[in-house]
Amino acid sequence: MTDKTKDPGTSRRQFLGGALAAGGAVAGASMARGATPDPLITEVQEWASGLGDGVDATPYGLPIQYESDVIRRNVEWLTADTISSINFTPIHALDGTITPQGCAFERHHSGAIELRKEDYRLMINGLVDTPLVFTYADLERFPREQRTFFLECAANTGMEWAGAQLNGAQFTHGMIHNMEYTGVSLRTLLNEAGIQPEGTWLYVEGADASSNGRSIPMEKALDDCMIAFKANGEALRKEHGYPVRLIVPGWEGNMWVKWLRRMEVADAPVESREETSKYTDTLADGTSRKWTWVMDAKSVVTSPSPQSPITHGPGPLVITGLAWSGRGAITRVDVSRDGGVTWETARLAEDGKPMALTRFYLDVDWQGEEMLLQSRAMDSTGYVQPTKAQLREVRGLNSIYHNNCIQTWHVNANGEAENVEVS
Amino acid sequence: TPALADKLGLGRPALPEEIAAWDLDVRPDGTGLPDGSGDVWTGEEVFADYCAVCHGDFAEGIDNWPKLAGGANTLDHDDPLKTVGSYWPYLSTTWDYVNRSMPFGAAQTLSADDVYAIVAYILYSNDLVDDDFVLSKDTFFDVEMPNADGFIIDDRDSAEAHFWTETPCMEACKDSVEVTMRAMVLDVTPDETAAAED
Repeated sequence: MTDKTKDPGTSRRQFLGGALAAGGAVAGASMARGATPDPLITEVQEWASGLGDGVDATPYGLPIQYESDVIRRNVEWLTADTISSINFTPIHALDGTITPQGCAFERHHSGAIELRKEDYRLMINGLVDTPLVFTYADLERFPREQRTFFLECAANTGMEWAGAQLNGAQFTHGMIHNMEYTGVSLRTLLNEAGIQPEGTWLYVEGADASSNGRSIPMEKALDDCMIAFKANGEALRKEHGYPVRLIVPGWEGNMWVKWLRRMEVADAPVESREETSKYTDTLADGTSRKWTWVMDAKSVVTSPSPQSPITHGPGPLVITGLAWSGRGAITRVDVSRDGGVTWETARLAEDGKPMALTRFYLDVDWQGEEMLLQSRAMDSTGYVQPTKAQLREVRGLNSIYHNNCIQTWHVNANGEAENVEVS
Repeated sequence: TPALADKLGLGRPALPEEIAAWDLDVRPDGTGLPDGSGDVWTGEEVFADYCAVCHGDFAEGIDNWPKLAGGANTLDHDDPLKTVGSYWPYLSTTWDYVNRSMPFGAAQTLSADDVYAIVAYILYSNDLVDDDFVLSKDTFFDVEMPNADGFIIDDRDSAEAHFWTETPCMEACKDSVEVTMRAMVLDVTPDETAAAED
């Protein structure tokens, strides 16, 4: 599927690279007094004289056309087809912490299904006093909660286990989104059916053909899991589980079952396909970890990065990125510009929230020196994000999932960045 | 966390027929297996009709589609081949997944006998049963899954306890730094302009 014969001269990265020299010159000139008056100021522009769009032009808007590169992308060679597949959030171009739903990544096992609220049913059965069926309208009558959490695919960064492979934060770290959810706690829903004492597991599955069934220990289900019908203020997008999905804070994205149709209280795990064949992590000796639910502390510099090169020349530079942990809140992010020899503590835009994305900034004066940019997250449990070498030492190369290693971007004198590994 | 409140009286009791229609999962101990049976040679025919176009005549996989057979004793290799035979710990999972989610694009169209037969054929393709094997509730546990003992419960808290270091190095953390691998060498990242036009 990979087109290795493509003319590199036509790629956007190459184009940006070629434009860098001119961009640098403009940035340099901007420091001095302008040689000639800027016509964007001295001449009356069309938008300052004519009229813009009326309020009826766009009942539901999309981003302006000039942001058309801030989109989900897929990597064809990763999977056999686009139905049971993945795409990637353009984290290299975003800021803050809330992911716009329209470009928040998708992972389906039998496609994004269309399920009307009128056709929606949620069943609770198994070891309960009364097995129940809810309509969507029933669910809206339960007391609601609102929480913000990241959802990270267990396979995020998984292609990088064996080496530096994909060239961009979107591709190496973009199986993630972070949304403000509104819904109902599982505690509230399950109480309505009445959990029997021997009910120690909850099996959850979706309405789609893949079903994506997973087993969750009842302790977690009753602690902070919820169903959501709103994300970032509006209904879930079709591709994110409309009209109802499961929220499993801090735990691998596979468990966040979309188009949730059934929850079964049980006394043992089902050991379904998605927790045996998949989402188990093979170690160097051939044994495999199962039930690796939590996503460990992780971070990535989103800019500069391969898709977000420095185009403004020397001087002030904003280094920014994201940090998150499934074990709690981010308490600190350190940034290295020399491949991990020395570290500086970055500034968190806001205090870290438990199991949610946290934005960090480091404002530096860049004088065109080469950099090996890294970030290193710490969370409220004292966990420090490890290097890839540290992870490989414990796990080997075949774990596929849960790669939370420190990422390195090599930034050259032109401001272009590349995904590299360092010693 | 608030204490459990009184019930709100929302929803209605699920009927037995409704539970039977949706509660299809099969557990490692066989809970959930329906009546029925299927033999290897019937399985070969059904597999040829419904499965082989993606998974190959011998369950060996075509193109990028999953391989269901092979890979015995490769789990500690550089590039392990993880199949039903080499990796899956429980036969129940195969039955459950085929029954609920296969064939890809036409799930839940197979009869219980079809599923028993397909699973018998997958076992035969993995050299785990003879060609006269008949799979049913009664013979389900005659099959030994080679990797049944190959799994441990998440042990990061102990095996990776050294990641909870509290005081990471800030200065002179390494003697030198060398670039050891570059993504541009592989050149497998999609071209961004082309991706945007897809």
